[in-house]
Amino acid sequence: MATFFGEVVVAPSRAGLDEEEEAREETPEDREIRRELEKKRYRQRCSGEIDVLWTWKSGGCGEEPLVCSRFIVAIGKNAAAFLSSFILDSVCWEVVGVVKLWNEWCRTSSTTNVLPTDSFCLFYRLISDPTVLLCQCSCYVAEDQQFQWLEKVFGSMQKKGLQVTILSTCPVADYKTQESTLTLASPFLKALKTKEFQDQVCCPLLEQPNIVRDLPAA
Amino acid sequence: PVIRHILFLQPAVSVGNVGQLAIDLVISTLDMTKVGYFYTNCLVPMVGNNPYATAEENSTELSINAEVYSLPSKKLVVLQIRSPFIKNKYRPFCETLLSWVKSSECARVVLLSSSHAYQRDDEQLLGTPLRYLLTPDLEKAVGGRMQELNWKEMEKVAAYPGISDTDKVLHIPGGGITKLLFTESCSKGIQMAVLLKFCSEGDNIPDAFVLVNYLNEWLQLIKSEVNPSSQWKIPSSWRLLFGNGLPPALF
Repeated sequence: MATFFGEVVVAPSRAGLDEEEEAREETPEDREIRRELEKKRYRQRCSGEIDVLWTWKSGGCGEEPLVCSRFIVAIGKNAAAFLSSFILDSVCWEVVGVVKLWNEWCRTSSTTNVLPTDSFCLFYRLISDPTVLLCQCSCYVAEDQQFQWLEKVFGSMQKKGLQVTILSTCPVADYKTQESTLTLASPFLKALKTKEFQDQVCCPLLEQPNIVRDLPAA
Repeated sequence: PVIRHILFLQPAVSVGNVGQLAIDLVISTLDMTKVGYFYTNCLVPMVGNNPYATAEENSTELSINAEVYSLPSKKLVVLQIRSPFIKNKYRPFCETLLSWVKSSECARVVLLSSSHAYQRDDEQLLGTPLRYLLTPDLEKAVGGRMQELNWKEMEKVAAYPGISDTDKVLHIPGGGITKLLFTESCSKGIQMAVLLKFCSEGDNIPDAFVLVNYLNEWLQLIKSEVNPSSQWKIPSSWRLLFGNGLPPALF
């Protein structure tokens, strides 16, 4: 199938909207399923499908934002495991928040006592420098929740010269290159950076036509 | 003809992504400058490095799913959409887009799109696979030009095929948001033209060339000499469309 830069193929038809499907009447079963999904998805009282619960806030929204200078986000089980193995420990880091969400692929809870095999999304703060924040997101954030996740997480922060680092993994098979991926020395690192990022990047930049999608892209 | 107003060109995410590929050719050939982007929750997020890079120096600019490019000399503004719509979000996107079009100085909108080739009726199977549509407001201004160019207007089909007595409706299968944008533009008094090609999924690069040449017949964005296809510049991001190189161990 021909693709081009940035194409994120999910549906069987690449026409993003299947006209026939939209026009078709919902069967009673479809309607029931949709209603149940919506009920489960929109169960959170506060504001929709995703709830970000910060431990220093006594309750609800509308308290002072967290001052943040560095924010490291690990998305996906591999990146989360990396942080658990090499960075996080109970001496230097404390849990300051959790994201509660539900979608058809996974559910997270508001507990901060998680097992590595659970799906979770936790925030940690460096005790010696509370403006350094870390997020471990091993759960899958659905397409229609990604924007909300962004707004709620970044909305709680006071961004003072904020530097964000996003850690994520992709299958080597998805990497587009002239040679076969079989001969590539994997795993390997690639980076994307904004114009504003002035520091040295520790690895080569991601070449076209490779792209990043979903929450890391958001 | 003197172009008095800004022309806004955009693709629909449609079968074969032909509209989007054609837009890639326009942006790449005319070396358009990125002037902004749509910060939207309606499209699947994606990010990568500059898809129109020509050298090491210009290859590190980030690019996301909905970006706007411009070419002031031709009063041309182009939107490129790079990912599919998130479920149930196509309508809000269309509404936002059309209200932006109305509020800005864009006089005319041209939408590049495509439609499933297998849905053609007997008559449509013959002749050109290219079609156009004009909103009533644009029909007044350029309808005559379409006649001169001998272009074919997109046919309406019976609402209930097989029953001869029914109303004829516009049906663009595989066209994504094309029909919605077109019908909304008709009712909002926006001057919009839709240019589409019948095609199927597969290697859609030739379809993109056909569509962009069709566009060029009318708008004359580039000089169409003997072989207009050779005048379009393929962007560097079109490399490796069919996957990586083969492992030598296979042989």
